[in-house]
Amino acid sequence: MPKVTVDGITVEVPAGSNVLQACELAGKEIPRFCYHERLSVAGNCRMCLVEIEKAPPKPISSCSYPVADGMVVHTDSPMVRAARRGVMEFLLINHPLDCPICDQGGECDLQDQAVGYGMDHTRYGENKRAVKDKYLGPLVKTVMTRCIHCTRCIRFAAEVAGTPELGATARGESMEVGTYIEHALTSELSGNLIDICPVGALTSKPYAFVARPWELRKTDSIDVLDATGANIRIDARGPEVLRILPRVNDDVNEEWLGDKSRFAIDGLRRKRLDSCWVRRDGKLHRASWAEAFDAIAARIDGVHGDRIGAVAGDLCDAESMLALRDLMATLGSQNLDCRQDGAALDASRRDFYLFNTTIAGIEEADAILLVGTNPRHEAPLINARIRKRWLATGAHMPILGIGPEVPLTYDVRWLGNTPRLLNDLGDAAGLLRDAKRPMLVLGQGALRRPDGAAILAAAWRVATDHGMLTGDWHGFNVLHTAAARVGGMDLGFLPGPRGKPLAGMLDGGVEVLWLLGADEIAPERIGRNTFVIYQGHHGDRGASRADVILPGAAYTEKNGTYVNTEGRVQRGFFATYPPGQAREDWKILRAFSDRIGRRLPYDTIEALRARLEQINPVFARLDASPRFGISDPAGPAGDPAAVGDAAFALPIESYYQTDPISRASPTMAECTTTYRPVAAVAAE
Amino acid sequence: MLSDRDRIFTNLYGLHDWGLDGARARGDWDGTAAILARGPDAIVEEMKSSGLRGRGGAGFPTGMKWSFMPKQVGDRPHYLIVNADESEPGTCKDRDILRNDPHKLVEGCLIASFAMRAHACYIYIRGEFAAEAKRLQAAIDQAYAAGLIGRNACGSGWDFDLYLHRGAGAYICGEETALLESLEGKKGMPRLKPPFPAAVGLYGCPSTVNNVESIAVAPTILRRGPAWFSALGRPKNTGTKLFCISGHVNKPCNVEEELGIPLRELIDRYAGGVRGGWDNLLAVIPGGASVPVIPKSVCDTVLMDFDSLRDVRSGLGTAAVIVMDRSTDIIRAIARLSQFYKHESCGQCTPCREGTGWMMRVMNRMVQGRAEPEEIDTLEQVTRQVEGHTICALGDAAAWPIQGLIRHFRPVIEDRIAQYKAGRAARPLPLAAE
Repeated sequence: MPKVTVDGITVEVPAGSNVLQACELAGKEIPRFCYHERLSVAGNCRMCLVEIEKAPPKPISSCSYPVADGMVVHTDSPMVRAARRGVMEFLLINHPLDCPICDQGGECDLQDQAVGYGMDHTRYGENKRAVKDKYLGPLVKTVMTRCIHCTRCIRFAAEVAGTPELGATARGESMEVGTYIEHALTSELSGNLIDICPVGALTSKPYAFVARPWELRKTDSIDVLDATGANIRIDARGPEVLRILPRVNDDVNEEWLGDKSRFAIDGLRRKRLDSCWVRRDGKLHRASWAEAFDAIAARIDGVHGDRIGAVAGDLCDAESMLALRDLMATLGSQNLDCRQDGAALDASRRDFYLFNTTIAGIEEADAILLVGTNPRHEAPLINARIRKRWLATGAHMPILGIGPEVPLTYDVRWLGNTPRLLNDLGDAAGLLRDAKRPMLVLGQGALRRPDGAAILAAAWRVATDHGMLTGDWHGFNVLHTAAARVGGMDLGFLPGPRGKPLAGMLDGGVEVLWLLGADEIAPERIGRNTFVIYQGHHGDRGASRADVILPGAAYTEKNGTYVNTEGRVQRGFFATYPPGQAREDWKILRAFSDRIGRRLPYDTIEALRARLEQINPVFARLDASPRFGISDPAGPAGDPAAVGDAAFALPIESYYQTDPISRASPTMAECTTTYRPVAAVAAE
Repeated sequence: MLSDRDRIFTNLYGLHDWGLDGARARGDWDGTAAILARGPDAIVEEMKSSGLRGRGGAGFPTGMKWSFMPKQVGDRPHYLIVNADESEPGTCKDRDILRNDPHKLVEGCLIASFAMRAHACYIYIRGEFAAEAKRLQAAIDQAYAAGLIGRNACGSGWDFDLYLHRGAGAYICGEETALLESLEGKKGMPRLKPPFPAAVGLYGCPSTVNNVESIAVAPTILRRGPAWFSALGRPKNTGTKLFCISGHVNKPCNVEEELGIPLRELIDRYAGGVRGGWDNLLAVIPGGASVPVIPKSVCDTVLMDFDSLRDVRSGLGTAAVIVMDRSTDIIRAIARLSQFYKHESCGQCTPCREGTGWMMRVMNRMVQGRAEPEEIDTLEQVTRQVEGHTICALGDAAAWPIQGLIRHFRPVIEDRIAQYKAGRAARPLPLAAE
């Protein structure tokens, strides 16, 4: 590895690094605007200039200069300081002095670096440039006069998001960043443009003029609006969550976040359940906790356990699911199901329902088969990771698809849309067999159908037949769409030996049905006389059918454990209090158990978590990389030959509205309207 | 003075047939196959020993540039790109080559491509050169028809294709890496170097970008021998060069002369002298718009070659001599150049994008004198903040004319400012009505 001396400090840096990285290794701060470690190098802001001995006798942009052995770099010489001051002056001459009304204020790279490296006065007395703002859709607000032309947004859209819609028109001073023909950005990752913009040119539209960063209380948490388990930071002020930002976790979301996860939070303030409701004479009436508990207790009194069922929804934390499972056990019920979409997930072995390759592992794959999935909608961050891998292979990696042809951000060879292809891949089989590390991604669209179990088994057989399962590589992946699903599977929120699955509980299969945040079940499928208890945070489908409503906490309002699609156990933290009477869900269940005299054996969340670890030790390994090879190639129980020939249907119709929170969000509703496919209309 | 015998561009003025027959009569395409038979390495060596320095402005030794190309063709093909995007104000030498002696360029393309093991060559011609593009394409077609290029070019066994690509009118596309970007169909913005085009160039393949004149003189050098060429001119500044003399001279012209000819002799002998006599001379921009202006005192003695002009803190550039007599408003002249560079900055990197506009605005005020004397120093500092801080040389090119102006004509600027102030002071202050 080359040795580089930075300001007298000698560091060894990996070959192929640039000088900026070497300086950072040496602990030297290099100011920069255009350089971003996850984007290509543009070298256009000229802020990162350093002096390099034996190089051309002028300041050299460190981000674009490769290191060489024995290089001597100066980051604080008079030449460097003068160069930075000069560049900073140039950046500021046409930058408006509107920091007081700029949403980036307080977290602005330009502001910070102007203090650090700029001059204390201006020498520019001419008129400043003004640029017309652009429309980029309902999420990204533009104030293009503030743009410093670093082109981070252009590179992000072209490289990471895979939607090369942004570009610069005109040249010189007149250069403007925009979409050429004005239209809303079509990326599911457009919110990241706000994060990477070093100035206030691209800011959050829903968050415009809402708060200053120093007013916010910052809480680390986990996103639950898809099954990726993106690491987030919840910024709240008082009782309100004001924005969500991604946290860096290279194994999961790198530093990106999907638009739904970022912008659906205004749904947390709307349609909230803030008190108990009890249905009397066909109408819901507000009630106290005691009244609600009384109503439930009265109804279940004397009902045999077999006639009671519970379904866990998509956003539940593991703790509340376990509490409900334990409550059901005390009632003698084995009718449990966490698969409210009816997906034929096989719980007999953990790797039958996990994204075993892991998200970071995608970067080692060299062939991918997508089955019944649109990763762009189901997990935009995993889709971005696939694109990253595809780009790293020079856009040559074979990616095959079975399912409806959807526009993805990489080239996919669509084989067709019938599960029968799993039993006969044709010439595509060779592509997978030739690959060293092929992987298969099975979407929920392939499992939530009558022949789901057969498809699961057939997919597993494809994996075994094409070398996807080896001692150090597990290429079989189930892509979940619900943050709660893997957790529910792991803790066994599943029908017991005598229990009924979801289908058996519907249509009057049980007398009492406890819905824990389960909103994706069509109300008419629940039996007319079934007594429904809905415990959750939004007045969505489940609550509308409920006989008793127990107001719970949303993911920002409770400490919870979530297991993402790759089986990674992560913990989210309490950021704000739930509204009104609403309480953390496990506490509600614990309190109710007390009411009916079957007290659950835990009083604290620590005790509950100890029980969780006792049930499944995976819950003890927080944020551990779940990666493993395979030792037992035996497949799931289904019969691969029994696959039907019905075409795959995708689980997500509108990316922006998939769950109670995003359905309550006006921003997401606006996105759905904006991005609704427009029917082609012929000219008159 | 260069004897007619030693001229390379014998049809510079278009007095003879530009076509293949005329070119052959002037000696072009004579023994091309024999030159190719010497082999690529020998050709590069001969070019090196001829001492030819790039004619596009920077003056980098052409033979050495050719030698940077990989010696073996790997999995990526090699390309030669000829920069015919001649846009430097004052420069019109390539234009005359293209329209009057196109076969020199076509033959040069074949030989240079062969020397760099390239089977394809692209000529990127300035979009405004419509007639020249037509003429050059006709010459290329003639060469194809005669079997001089194409498969088995000149019977040498080397396959060679020559393509003409028309630009869309951007000065920056004359910068070599911006030219490559433009040729690839992208926005003409210079690339970061390293990597240099010889490693990663057109479509990521090893490429060399040469000026039209550099390529067009190569066949003659190889035919007559590098010793002939290096005997002309001065040490390290060898050979002949096309000079474009414009401005306040009696007969503006293009002329081929030895490098190292005194500026005064060049103007007096070929351009009919400065309008109103040598003593009426104010200043000369000796190498196209981007090099600093030199005042008459320097012009009296300076020699026209790379090193002599560098010694007087100017440059040979493209050898476009812009002569300005005493009727010139030198501030306005330089301000016009600042406008040009502001207009042509690609906008990619900060110092150039913001600095060219700043410099232009201050210069425009200086023309009127509407400035403070201390702003001259500020302006000078701004040019220093641009120079050397940018990705390509356009920032330098925008800074140098202003630096030259301030270096040599500071009193003129100060006078202008003082005059303006005096004019304002003399005007009675308007009084409000009681």
